[in-house]
Amino acid sequence: MIQERYLNALVLFGLIAVPLYAMATEELFTITLATRAVILALAAVGLNLALGLGGLVSFGHATFFGIGGYTMGVLAYHAQTYTALDLGLFTIEGTKSMPIIWLVAIILSSLVAVVIGMLSLRTSGVYFIMITLAFGQMFFFFTISWAAYGGEDGLSIYVRNGFPGLNTLVPIQFYGICFVILCAVLFLNARLAKSPFGLALNAARQTPMRTQTVGLDPTRLKLVAFVISGAITGLAGALFADLNRFVSPTMFSWQFSGEIMLFIILGGVGRLFGPVIGAVIFVTLEHFLGEITDFWHIYLGVILVIIVLFARGGIVGLLSGRGGGHD
Amino acid sequence: MTDLVLETRGITKSFGALKASDSIDFDLRPGEIHAIIGPNGAGKSTLIKQISGELRPDAGQVFLAGTDVTQQTTRARARAGLGRTFQISELAMEDTVLQNAVLGALGASGSVWRFLKPVLSDAELVTRAEEALDRVGLLDARNQRTAELSHGQRRQLEVAVALTLRPKVFVMDEPMAGLGAEGSLTMTRFLDGLRSEAPILLVEHDMDAVFALADRISVLVYGRLIATGTVDEIRSNAEVREAYLGEDA
Ligand SMILES: Nc1ncnc2c1ncn2[C@@H]1O[C@H](COP(=O)(O)OP(=O)(O)OP(=O)(O)O)[C@@H](O)[C@H]1O
Ligand SMILES: [Mg+2]
Repeated sequence: MIQERYLNALVLFGLIAVPLYAMATEELFTITLATRAVILALAAVGLNLALGLGGLVSFGHATFFGIGGYTMGVLAYHAQTYTALDLGLFTIEGTKSMPIIWLVAIILSSLVAVVIGMLSLRTSGVYFIMITLAFGQMFFFFTISWAAYGGEDGLSIYVRNGFPGLNTLVPIQFYGICFVILCAVLFLNARLAKSPFGLALNAARQTPMRTQTVGLDPTRLKLVAFVISGAITGLAGALFADLNRFVSPTMFSWQFSGEIMLFIILGGVGRLFGPVIGAVIFVTLEHFLGEITDFWHIYLGVILVIIVLFARGGIVGLLSGRGGGHD
Repeated sequence: MTDLVLETRGITKSFGALKASDSIDFDLRPGEIHAIIGPNGAGKSTLIKQISGELRPDAGQVFLAGTDVTQQTTRARARAGLGRTFQISELAMEDTVLQNAVLGALGASGSVWRFLKPVLSDAELVTRAEEALDRVGLLDARNQRTAELSHGQRRQLEVAVALTLRPKVFVMDEPMAGLGAEGSLTMTRFLDGLRSEAPILLVEHDMDAVFALADRISVLVYGRLIATGTVDEIRSNAEVREAYLGEDA
């Protein structure tokens, strides 16, 4: 049995060592894979905050991922075509600056999360799952018909956006950006879990009635968690778009919402590094098994069934010897 | 009349054809323990839920310190000084004993919108929580996970969480349930002292505890309060003996 801390440290070490090794041996594709894993991990860390801490089974987190993606797509498109973005009341310039794109992605995802959260949190259980799913589908079909930005075909951005002082076209540098963001968000997530808000949110999940009788509002706590969660997944969407230099409606697909939930279950619900481990395993399997067979999802399915049946705490729970429960 | 800490007027609640509360007038005076007794399913917990705000009455009003709170949320009533314990423990089972008590302290006195500072480094909250745990004899178990507690310890934690609120009125739903003889005796002594801090509405099946503690007793049968009086009055009330005490007297 490994203590959870050491397991986490091991994962971080791997996420530093593997890309550096790949850089030394010039295996650029490995770096791209690692970047993909880190960004997907970030998207799942976002969901884990709602799911693990708040108990909110959102099946629509692709909404925020897509909003982040289209924020990058639309802003960069207007910058690369030197056209202004007409917002009705006023027009704005596009931008190729990552920090600005991230900020806009976070703000837009948060705003949408407030609306979706307020409507969805009136329900619970299966209805909550369904209503969040429905919002994702709404955006999916909207972008398919959004001809100005490529509709179904999506939108290509020719040059990766910039970050002051770095050359983002160098794979390891872009990887570095994504890795640092993931680490920063994990750090904040760990702090949040132990904060007054984290304690109250934990209680709101486990015993909403008690939470009310000490004078706190479980719904409001969950709403705030949902918004933070959406903002993180939105940021991941912006990075993902920049990795591929491409956005399309598939970023809003319900399959993606399911995929990041799968990372969490695989790694361990409510575990700080659960989504990270899940995403790394997923990307690795997708790559190696995907080369051997088109039906690699079947193997993934088998692993998932085993995890759900025999290791409720996911891989983190299995390895750290603490089956159930949270941090 | 206005110095009543808690009062219900004509509280009525039906579940389908079942009248769980039938025009209940109840009141609680400063410094007293007013017990509600009655057979299983009489509607005791239902009455408490309407007082705490978890259920809305079909008719009637609830007053806290003279203010009509019938339309207020559970949260607002908690903030107005109502400290409630549950018949079936409502605790965060995955959390430690201390975390559960800190939750109460946080709800009563802290701001929950703090996202980065560890809550257990807030000395004021922790002190308040530990004081409450100490009073019910749970301080030594503070780092235990609540799921690992014995049934009796969970009952104590229920009371401790209510204590952290420093309420103006306690509403307790069977705090002795399943405590055992010795546990009941300890809890009885504790509640005896507690009434000077805030009056207690005590729902309890343990008759020894009720007779030892209560300043007044009300008897609830099929949703109706059939009698209210002192211990001696209730003991000698024929209707009560027939309806309720008769079973074991
Ligand atoms: N939400 C509900 N829906 C329908 N019936 C209910 C509901 N809650 C309680 N009841 C019914 O109302 C009656 C009173 O229940 P209540 O829990 O208030 O009794 P009680 O006096 O607390 O009993 P006990 O001593 O067993 O705790 C019971 O017949 C119960 O089945
Ligand atoms: Mg009851």
